[in-house]
Amino acid sequence: MRRAGDRVPIPLAVLAALGAAFFILPLVGLLARAPWATAWSELTSSEALTALRLSIVCSLASTGVALVLGFPLAWVYARAAFPGRNLLRALTTLPMVLPPVVGGVALLFALGRRGLVGQWLDQLFGVRLPFTVAGVVVAETFVAMPFLILTVEAGLRGMDRRFEDAARTLGANRWTLLRRVTLPMVAPSLFAGAVLCWARALGEFGATITFAGNFPGRTQTMPLAVYVALETRPEGAIVLSLVMLAVSLVVLVSLRDRWLGAA
Amino acid sequence: MKRSTPLLMAVALTATACGGTTQPAGAVSGSVTVLAAASLSSAFKDLGGQFEMDHSSVKVDLSFAGSPTLVAQVKQGAPGDVFASADQPNMQALQDASLVGTAQVFARNRLEIVVGAGNPKGIASLGDLARPGLIVILCAPSVPCGRYTLQAFTKAGVTVKPASQETDVKAVVSKVSLGEADAGVVYVTDVKAGGSKVQGVGIPDAQNVVARYPIALLTESKNGSAGKAFIEFVLSPQGQGILQRYGFLSP
Repeated sequence: MRRAGDRVPIPLAVLAALGAAFFILPLVGLLARAPWATAWSELTSSEALTALRLSIVCSLASTGVALVLGFPLAWVYARAAFPGRNLLRALTTLPMVLPPVVGGVALLFALGRRGLVGQWLDQLFGVRLPFTVAGVVVAETFVAMPFLILTVEAGLRGMDRRFEDAARTLGANRWTLLRRVTLPMVAPSLFAGAVLCWARALGEFGATITFAGNFPGRTQTMPLAVYVALETRPEGAIVLSLVMLAVSLVVLVSLRDRWLGAA
Repeated sequence: MKRSTPLLMAVALTATACGGTTQPAGAVSGSVTVLAAASLSSAFKDLGGQFEMDHSSVKVDLSFAGSPTLVAQVKQGAPGDVFASADQPNMQALQDASLVGTAQVFARNRLEIVVGAGNPKGIASLGDLARPGLIVILCAPSVPCGRYTLQAFTKAGVTVKPASQETDVKAVVSKVSLGEADAGVVYVTDVKAGGSKVQGVGIPDAQNVVARYPIALLTESKNGSAGKAFIEFVLSPQGQGILQRYGFLSP
């Protein structure tokens, strides 16, 4: 059904080019200022590698948590009808508009050592989230999961329910239906949501530095390392940002081609 | 409020005097943009307000950020008239680029240990910060207060393992006041600004580090006369009085 490609109306082409330039120019700015001579040594410095490793581990972990908790929420929003659903949806997508630093403070109030729930975690289980790797995952999940929820909910709403009806008439119970029909059918949006969520988690700064603090090897993820480097060695910060951009670009481009069936 | 009454009266008197037929030699107008280090925020808001009261035709715009951030902004052409830094190296960076005129030290600050109200962990010295099980957070070594803290630890012969290296001094105070951390090292002025949930534990002179705050006119200043007048005001007895109320020491 796909056509080879439409001819773009000229006004649209001009605006689209402007739109693209708006994103590409700052990247070019970074590339133009990058200290290529020292780039390799900056890259392979142990601090940069530690931060990159931590960033990748934490962003993947928070994407995992977001999948486990976010899919059920999306399902409930798309399929269940109950009073206050719209309010609940708004509440769980609030982190998208909340300044991340405020999110971090709110997390401290809830899960910090003196927080509403955090004090019990500390007293009963000796679990403390601030200043730990787990704290980074919590902060990143808080900020990034809404992207997954919204994407998956849209996928669930857009899916052809007749397949589910057919499976039900063939005797599939609710659990089988979910596992064998619904999940495979929303796999693309599940994947797209996970990628968006991962990308947001990878770039997370405000909530992380507020809730988890900043310590190399433990809570200093790549964006935090970039921020700290920016104050002392701006060239180093540029190289670190480029690494992050390169990693994200490779992942986003390759995943899109592979999973979302791009043209 | 009680204490500021004579000050207000003095200002009112000055204002009346200025309203006369002869304008004073230093009459200035327009707006003056002051870029100041984050640790100066409370004191400079007060200074700016007083300056506006003294010079009714001047508007003071204040912009606060970490000193390195302000330096980066000025280098990228951010408009401004006056720069007040939390340390000498950041001022030097702008001097090297010929972006500021002569700098003058207008205040000094000292380090203090910040702990929760009532000092629940019984911290008495820098050495206590090395105690295992204590959650200590410090400024990152990339910002002035972090550099000074490391100098103080060296003087005291202490090695502290922090839980976090915060990127600005206010974050250290707020995490101690929230109870997330047991102690931190910050400026005396920040403990004072931190309110009733925190208190300070003094650091003896032999281990302490004195921070010097320089101020200078930006060479790109669009309103040099007002900028100069603001700097003179900060250095004047009245300006110094305000700074001391916030815990700063005179230069």
